[in-house]
Amino acid sequence: MSAPTMNDLSLPPTTPERRGGTFRPTNVLVYGVALVVVAITLGPVVYGVLGGFRTNAQLAESPAGLPGPWVLDNYTGVLTNPAFWQYTWNSTGVSLITTAVVVIFGVMAAYPLARYEFKGREGLFMVFVVGLLFPATVAIVPLFILITQNLQLGNTWIGVALPQAAFALPMTVVILRPFLMALPKELEEAAMLDGTSRIGFFWRILIPLSGPGMVTVGVLAFVQSWNSYLLPLLLLQGEMKTLPLGVADFSSEHASDTAGVFAFTSLAMIPALVFFLAMQKRIVNGLQGAVKG
Amino acid sequence: MADDVTTPDVAASPATSPAPDAAGRTPRVRPAASARGGRRGVSSQLRKRLEIFFFVAPACALFGLFVIVPIATAVQMSLYKWKGIGPLVDFVGLRNYVSVLTNEVFTDAVVHNLIIVGLSILIQLPLGLGIALLLNRKMWGQSALRTIIFVPYVLAEVVAGVIWVQLLQPQYGVIDALLGAVGLEGPEQGWLGDPDLALWTLMVVLTWKYLGLAVILFLAGLQSVPEELYEAAQLDGAGWWQVQRKITIPLLGPTLRTWGFLSMIGSLQLFDMVWILTRGGPANATTTMATFLVNEGTQRNNFGIAGAASVVLFVIALFMAVLYQQLILRRDTRPETGRK
Repeated sequence: MSAPTMNDLSLPPTTPERRGGTFRPTNVLVYGVALVVVAITLGPVVYGVLGGFRTNAQLAESPAGLPGPWVLDNYTGVLTNPAFWQYTWNSTGVSLITTAVVVIFGVMAAYPLARYEFKGREGLFMVFVVGLLFPATVAIVPLFILITQNLQLGNTWIGVALPQAAFALPMTVVILRPFLMALPKELEEAAMLDGTSRIGFFWRILIPLSGPGMVTVGVLAFVQSWNSYLLPLLLLQGEMKTLPLGVADFSSEHASDTAGVFAFTSLAMIPALVFFLAMQKRIVNGLQGAVKG
Repeated sequence: MADDVTTPDVAASPATSPAPDAAGRTPRVRPAASARGGRRGVSSQLRKRLEIFFFVAPACALFGLFVIVPIATAVQMSLYKWKGIGPLVDFVGLRNYVSVLTNEVFTDAVVHNLIIVGLSILIQLPLGLGIALLLNRKMWGQSALRTIIFVPYVLAEVVAGVIWVQLLQPQYGVIDALLGAVGLEGPEQGWLGDPDLALWTLMVVLTWKYLGLAVILFLAGLQSVPEELYEAAQLDGAGWWQVQRKITIPLLGPTLRTWGFLSMIGSLQLFDMVWILTRGGPANATTTMATFLVNEGTQRNNFGIAGAASVVLFVIALFMAVLYQQLILRRDTRPETGRK
């Protein structure tokens, strides 16, 4: 299924192939630059992962050295730490709720914005476009008061997930609308001829066809929620903390245990990285779609 | 380190729920959209309205409750002196704004934000474009390369920040160790501890974190440049650099301009990385508007001040967005309005 936002990145690059250039000096330059970029990009991450396999003594003695001998204690220490699993569980819960709400509400709102003719349609869409400009930061203090005092949702998953979903809605609607618009009009007409109502069309035809678009916005919302810090920082305490809060806490509470911090941080990276590798194409497509408007 | 905060934990301010105007905004009763059979009784116009309402209402309710109401509350809060307890009674007019705008910590924060906005674009645009152009060719390991470049962007800012704090440790950090190996010396208080260096160090970390996004977006944009153009240009005898300058970069224009917009908005609301790396210190050398207002609002309970700072941040963001739109984005046809 393809739509404007879905330029498939897995296609081989379309740049003209420069034949027989393997030995040209420019290619050496290209590979050289590529290597430098990779080294700088991955350096800190790899250093952190390796640091987790060393002892603090090793780290202090030769900060730039390799593990020798390799030590597993730091990693096993984190993996047997119930708090780590509690943080992971909370992050999973919050992110899944956020994603579900964003995708369901987003696709519902995008449908009339894409396929109904009505007064105020563009105006309503502009509200969401302008919403892209409202970072959660701007409203963070009133949001904190609203959730903890008025709604009594402080320190709950849903208290974090709902506002996160609300702030992710503009991006979702902006990405989904052109996607839904691109589905051929004939589908709708055929369905109407068969006596399907508009709502029936939505459930039985539009939702299945817009799967790829929903996956894209879902992945974006999930990653954003998984990584978010400010809102959970203000709203969640104790047992309810998410993984980023756990990482920040661990690193300040065990400031002298550098190797332990490296191990904890490295393990905390894994879920996001695995998810990213699995969904890479979707994330890039989504961002690209957003950039193209 | 005068303004440093010691604990990120926020004690929920005790309260007798003053409820500004936030409470009564629940979604209205949903229309019986499931009334499928009842087409006859209702005129089709009304039915259509109900359908639209059914689809749009949940998103609007969520957006209204958690985005619009808090922003309106911030505006309201900014006009009162309020410590978070009891009702809003101490109306002070614009005094909070005066005190925010004459507060050197805040004006410095604005300057820091603007420096970050400018430098992010000045550094990442040429660097990202250069890397994207170089990598936009058939080469060994290309897809692996793209994945790797994107990794820092996917990591949480907290995770990336905690790693960088370790790398940048004075003396025992790997960066100082590597410098030491070639006979150089890092700053005595550490890269993040020296007020003159902290902001620049933060810039380096931000570049590392966000360059990958620029490269990936530019690469994706490059793929939509039609291949025939290259062939035609090459037939005309244009060199590689000429092709890039005359064809590729102009065609990449919309991608570059929109990326610049996203980058600008992101820089204006920067919080996580600063909070992890420096908490806005040392001596407020890296305070941003966001860390200022979080600090005032949740650590010191100066809600009026925080509200005023929020409004100022929002106005600056809006002003810059409109300016950007007028000066730069106007060249692109706006797809939202034209298409049907």
